[in-house]
Amino acid sequence: MIEIDVEKKLYGANGTMKLDVTLQIAQGEFIALSGKSGSGKSTFLRILAGLDEAKGEIEVSGKSWLNRKKTLPPQQREIGFVFQDYALFENMSVLDNLLFVSKDLALAQKLLAITELTQLKKQFPKRLSGGQKQRVSLCRAMMRRPKLLLLDEPLSALDAVMRAKLQQEILTLHREFATTTIMVSHDPSEMYRLASRVIILDNGTVTDDGMPKDILLKTKGSQKFSFEGELLEIKEVDVIKIAIVAIGQQIVEIVVSDAEVQNLQIGDKLQLSTKAFSPIVSAF
Amino acid sequence: MFDILLDLDYTPFIISFKLATITTLLLFILSVPLAWYLSQSRSKIKPFLEALTALPIVLPPSVLGFYILVALSSNSPLGAFFENYLGINLVFSFTGLVVASCFYSLPFMVQPLQSGFSGLNQHMLEASYLSGKGKFVTLYKVALPNIKPALLTAVVVTFAHTVGEFGVVLMVGGSIPDETKVASVAIYEMVEMMDYTKAHLYSAIMVLLSFTVLLSVYIFNAKEKKILG
Repeated sequence: MIEIDVEKKLYGANGTMKLDVTLQIAQGEFIALSGKSGSGKSTFLRILAGLDEAKGEIEVSGKSWLNRKKTLPPQQREIGFVFQDYALFENMSVLDNLLFVSKDLALAQKLLAITELTQLKKQFPKRLSGGQKQRVSLCRAMMRRPKLLLLDEPLSALDAVMRAKLQQEILTLHREFATTTIMVSHDPSEMYRLASRVIILDNGTVTDDGMPKDILLKTKGSQKFSFEGELLEIKEVDVIKIAIVAIGQQIVEIVVSDAEVQNLQIGDKLQLSTKAFSPIVSAF
Repeated sequence: MFDILLDLDYTPFIISFKLATITTLLLFILSVPLAWYLSQSRSKIKPFLEALTALPIVLPPSVLGFYILVALSSNSPLGAFFENYLGINLVFSFTGLVVASCFYSLPFMVQPLQSGFSGLNQHMLEASYLSGKGKFVTLYKVALPNIKPALLTAVVVTFAHTVGEFGVVLMVGGSIPDETKVASVAIYEMVEMMDYTKAHLYSAIMVLLSFTVLLSVYIFNAKEKKILG
């Protein structure tokens, strides 16, 4: 059981903001932490890791990491941390990056096997692709057999295919080691696929906390499909108007009525929903 | 031609290189912790320390030499301490030259190291702390091996700069043959005595050596960049 009650003053783009988070996390939970940029997600992870200072209390399985009297340094917290920019030790080979944390060769080999890196164990980080680097970083974080694994947007620098592959590996590692995990993410499908609980942070406080399907599924009401997109352009073709909208990686055209156009501006975030009952589904 | 080269007294060069080697070694040991502290610290005294380390770059060597001479002479508490308790005379001696050179060349060691450390990915250092490693292990196992070009630049520039120093050496060391007469001072004396042949030879040797050393640093750094990039 992890109990967190921390606060910290932050100086962001919109002036000062107070980060104030109280959370209870059960052993083995996989939490996805989401929210706008600047809402304090990364700072929250850094406070848990002991990299940033804060007031309050953190207690992990009965051991206090932070209280009024003392702050445990990162070295003494059993934390695994994965940075968005990998942060590998450039002067060490893949295997040495892992063994630097702990001399447990058996564990290192097991982790490399799970993430299909065994072939690359003698390579140096500069020779690896982004996806490979992040897998090494993930393995390195697991080498300490952490009580808490913190992932700070680990996959946002990767392309969609690599992201899906790494999501699977994160899931495999989580099943294998049952490590309590907090992952910062912006990708709803990623959160839905991996997390057992989703927490939304806004302006330094928790605004939503629950099961992924309750928080992420936005199809309340009778619509069956719902997407978020960005309006790129409105074209007039003969008598109708067509909106060009970016949904994820895809650009789509949608017929809009004059009344709808009145309320729209280029660059607006849109929600598109439909009541289609028989969509065509095909695998690719 | 060869006879002149063979007859040349190379002792000033040997003293110069001995001085530079010892100074570089001492400064390396002292500067790594200092540069590391300066690169990681957000303390209020940091600007003061930075200004103090950079001072030898802007001060005339005569000013620096004068103060070092005053501080090391047996009339000052420091000089008296060394002379009475350790039996070391710091003025007009090789030991005194080493102390003076350490002050004079300090910025040339500290600054490249500090900028190397500052350029490191902070997350990489944090990853080391998160791996349970302390500052000392992080410095020697992660930080230093990842700033090799800066390391080489610091060592070589410090060495070359110490070989090339003149004013401070003349003031603190005087020009005692076989003791404190380094190459740069020897050239100065030859010119004064209008012995231009020897002055030419000594100077040419200095230019050649300095250029070779600097060239090898730049070649190494270019290669290192190619590997890293």
